Amino acid sequence: MIEDLIFQLELGLPQVVLGLVNGAFYALLSLGLAVIFGMLNVINFAHGAQFMVGAFVAWMLLNWVGIGYWPALILAPLIVGAFGVVLERTMISRLYKLDHLYGLLLTFGLALIIEGLFRNGFGSSGLPYAPPELLSGPPVDLGFMFLPKYRLWVVAAAVVMSLATWIIIEKTRLGAYLRAATENAALVQAFGVNVPRMMTLTYAAGVALAAFAGVLAAPIYSVNPQMGSSLIITVFAVVVIGGMGSILGSVLTGFGLGLVEGLTKVFYPEASSTVIFVIMAIVLLARPAGLFGRA
Amino acid sequence: MAEPLLKVEGLQAWYGESHVLHGVDIEVREGEVVTLLGRNGAGKTSTLRSIMGLVGRRSGSVRFDEQELIGTRSDRIARAGIALCPEERGIFASLDVTENLLLPPVVRPGGLSLDEIYTLFPNLKERARSPGTRLSGGEQQMLAIARILRTGARLLMLDEPTEGLAPVIVQQIGRTIREIKQRGFTILLVEQNFRFAQTVADRHYVMEHGRVVDAVANAEMAGAMERLHEYLGV
Repeated sequence: MIEDLIFQLELGLPQVVLGLVNGAFYALLSLGLAVIFGMLNVINFAHGAQFMVGAFVAWMLLNWVGIGYWPALILAPLIVGAFGVVLERTMISRLYKLDHLYGLLLTFGLALIIEGLFRNGFGSSGLPYAPPELLSGPPVDLGFMFLPKYRLWVVAAAVVMSLATWIIIEKTRLGAYLRAATENAALVQAFGVNVPRMMTLTYAAGVALAAFAGVLAAPIYSVNPQMGSSLIITVFAVVVIGGMGSILGSVLTGFGLGLVEGLTKVFYPEASSTVIFVIMAIVLLARPAGLFGRA
Repeated sequence: MAEPLLKVEGLQAWYGESHVLHGVDIEVREGEVVTLLGRNGAGKTSTLRSIMGLVGRRSGSVRFDEQELIGTRSDRIARAGIALCPEERGIFASLDVTENLLLPPVVRPGGLSLDEIYTLFPNLKERARSPGTRLSGGEQQMLAIARILRTGARLLMLDEPTEGLAPVIVQQIGRTIREIKQRGFTILLVEQNFRFAQTVADRHYVMEHGRVVDAVANAEMAGAMERLHEYLGV
């Protein structure tokens, strides 16, 4: 019986590793959502669309301007982040004093509009984006499986980015402003901090994280207008499980649930697409604030 | 004679629909310690919050350092050199003591150095890594005051710093206020406890129903006791 299980697990290890790759995207996206929610109290439903736009910007940079993957990894988040600045200044900043529902409706509407525009412009069949030369070559031998170099890079990049975000928020002065403003923005402003500008930049940073994930995703998934909306539903479940607004929580839950999904594919494949939602339901019943959330 | 450091005239303020200040006039000269006395709900805290730009709507005039601040956003008011130590203290739970202490940005030179602050409040050094809200009430109050001494703000507004604290801590806060006055800070203090106010202040304003109704110099306090008892209902 146990030998049987171990055998199954050995056969399934590749699935688990691939789960980790999915987990990398869950972690990056839920991290951006957590940063935005913590500071602005807005549930950014446009996050998936912004992820998709990040992938498209990378594609456009390559095909229209001839700028390759590595510069795009920095440029696309900056471009999409600048777009985030405009959104926050012109629309989202007007909703802070209203109920959550308004922010949710606005960003959901924005997501639909952005997606529609891209579907109109690029169709929905998807555009190819090749991985950079440095990461294409033959797959890496992990002993139990061959993993394309690029996927290994995705996991590493997501870990480094999550860690960097965590350090900025928990260990720096800027992060102390952010944490304090999450608790009492009016008082932080009364100490002389330009809180409105900080909120704009926080939104831009969250959006830029989504775009960064989008560029990472471009060579794995085909670049298409729906790539965000199919992922973002799962990511929202991840955020609910991890606890809204918890940075570390969203990262750990992201990777963790990627693994759980991978394991489910090994032991009970039929449930692999629903397991995250089952966990969400259980967590909501047992710990409504999420695994890492403060009630 | 030069204009006082802070000159408030006809200050009115609203929280949403409720009209809380009905024309407040106060002056604080450089280097003075001035208190606002009055019962609960008289508008003392609202006056401080209005000067700081923390109410929904305000009108009238708040001149500080010869600058009009009535239409100015609270972060710019802070940058002009006014700092508030709020009644609820406003210690951040997700920040440790040092982070709380270093949170307000330095707005101009002339504030206390970290070493000077640790000399005044040795407890804050010992508890440097504790979360801000794990401190005792007295320590949290020390932290809330210490926090605004660093920034170089010239006018410190302290909202009931002695509220709910043990007598020995109240004495320590009194010593601190006298010490920072000696260093040239100007202080606007809200107090319910006028015996405490008497030990630190140069002048007192009495507020009732969102207005200043009386002013008493500290030297004349003894003669004004009867009046004050009536105002404050003690």
